Amino acid sequence: MLEYRVEIALWAISGIIPFFMLNIWTNNNLNESINISDVMLSRYFLCAFFVRQFSVVWVVFSFEEDSLMGKVSPYLIQPLNPFFRYFAQHLAEQITRFPFALIIAFFFFIFNQESIWIPNLGILLLSIVSTFLSFLIQFLIQSIVACLCFWTEKASSLERLLFIPTLFLSGLLAPVVSFPAYVKSWVYLTPFPYLIDFPANLLSGNETNISGGLSMQILWIFLLFPLFKKIWSEGTKKYTAMGS
Amino acid sequence: MNFKKYLKVYKKFLHTSLASELEYKTNILVDLITAILSLIGSIFLLSIFFQNNGYIGGWKFEQALIIQGIYTILNGITNTWFNPNLTEIVKHIREGTLDFVLLKPIDSQFFISLKKINPSGFLEIILGFFLLLFCIRINQINFNLSFLTLSLITISCSICILYSLWFFISTTTIWFVKTWNAIEVLRSFLYIGRFPLNSFSFSLRIFFSIFIPIAFITTIPSEAFLGLSQLWKILLEVIVATVFLITSRKFWLFALKFYSSASS
Repeated sequence: MLEYRVEIALWAISGIIPFFMLNIWTNNNLNESINISDVMLSRYFLCAFFVRQFSVVWVVFSFEEDSLMGKVSPYLIQPLNPFFRYFAQHLAEQITRFPFALIIAFFFFIFNQESIWIPNLGILLLSIVSTFLSFLIQFLIQSIVACLCFWTEKASSLERLLFIPTLFLSGLLAPVVSFPAYVKSWVYLTPFPYLIDFPANLLSGNETNISGGLSMQILWIFLLFPLFKKIWSEGTKKYTAMGS
Repeated sequence: MNFKKYLKVYKKFLHTSLASELEYKTNILVDLITAILSLIGSIFLLSIFFQNNGYIGGWKFEQALIIQGIYTILNGITNTWFNPNLTEIVKHIREGTLDFVLLKPIDSQFFISLKKINPSGFLEIILGFFLLLFCIRINQINFNLSFLTLSLITISCSICILYSLWFFISTTTIWFVKTWNAIEVLRSFLYIGRFPLNSFSFSLRIFFSIFIPIAFITTIPSEAFLGLSQLWKILLEVIVATVFLITSRKFWLFALKFYSSASS
């Protein structure tokens, strides 16, 4: 992983959209209407950036490439589910990305000195747990989509479709509190707000329902995991190596 | 340069790439839904911004929709032509197949930039056009010749700038081999083009006009569309577009001198 330092740095930079959004929010005083101060909002978006950095998943793209190249066949012979391989890759890359994310946060604090804060240890641990749960939810969803490769070969376009609600409803571009009431009424039933909005609110100290959020995350994992198991076993039965 | 030959070759490109893309028909349907959802999503985001404010950066909601329309068209063009072709450069260079491209009796930049086409981007272009037509109605824009020419000039300049940016980054592959992530950085910066430039703080505004001219890509065409743009801005955009095109061409020819094929 350390071989690709530059790339990982670039990828960390490509996640800075939350900061641009923060700029729009504070520059136009949009946050007054949702009762969040400038400082809290800037902490929120910084946390959203961090949560995104450590929960981003690209297993569909790896799996699709491996499946089109025929690399899945040798993996299937091994006594370990190949998704563990991708899982380990993701974890390794998250660790490599950590210093870069810290550098970006450092620059952020230079420009926004008033928003420096230190979360207490309990909150920090809880938010690490919930970020990891968010990563698990996304990993499971994408693995399910990736398994569709057994049927359609090009599953990544389906992933791009799923990415749209993730982008707009997860709270990466605007905190979920600011959503109009007709969206807020149902959005908390979907997994999306628990991907970024909930962990970011938790870490930044904004108001949020901690036990409710965590239990929804766990609930989604318990719903998605059997589905993944099922689709994986169906898919591997259906699997025929490329060219046969 | 014999124009006819290039036109004929381009027709062949169209034919082959359309044939191969139509192999994945369900994909096109999925892409259609994606395009519609992403437009709905960005209008939703815009409506959140305008919930309690009449103006953002001096733009009304109806006017900001024009920016969305132009962004959607440009994004469609990117997905139809730039993205499939220019990500291919990365592959060509990594696998050494750029050799075959260079050996062909045709301009390498032409071949590399136009070989492939992804028809699902058309849907976005059409969606963007419909949104713009709708904007013409709600903003009560007079449809006359000067409006049409100015909008066409600015939009085609934006396309040139966008193409040059993509081509520029893909060309750096010759030195860095893997530039997927650089392309991701470009994508995330381009995302800013969905919002009026004036809604950002002064320092970001400078950054987006000088270093990465995203300001020129959507804001100036939208101003021209509303009939608000000053002449110097349009002239500036034409100059920027020309400079970008010439530089990207020069840069490609320069980079080719350093190309040493794979494993050598």
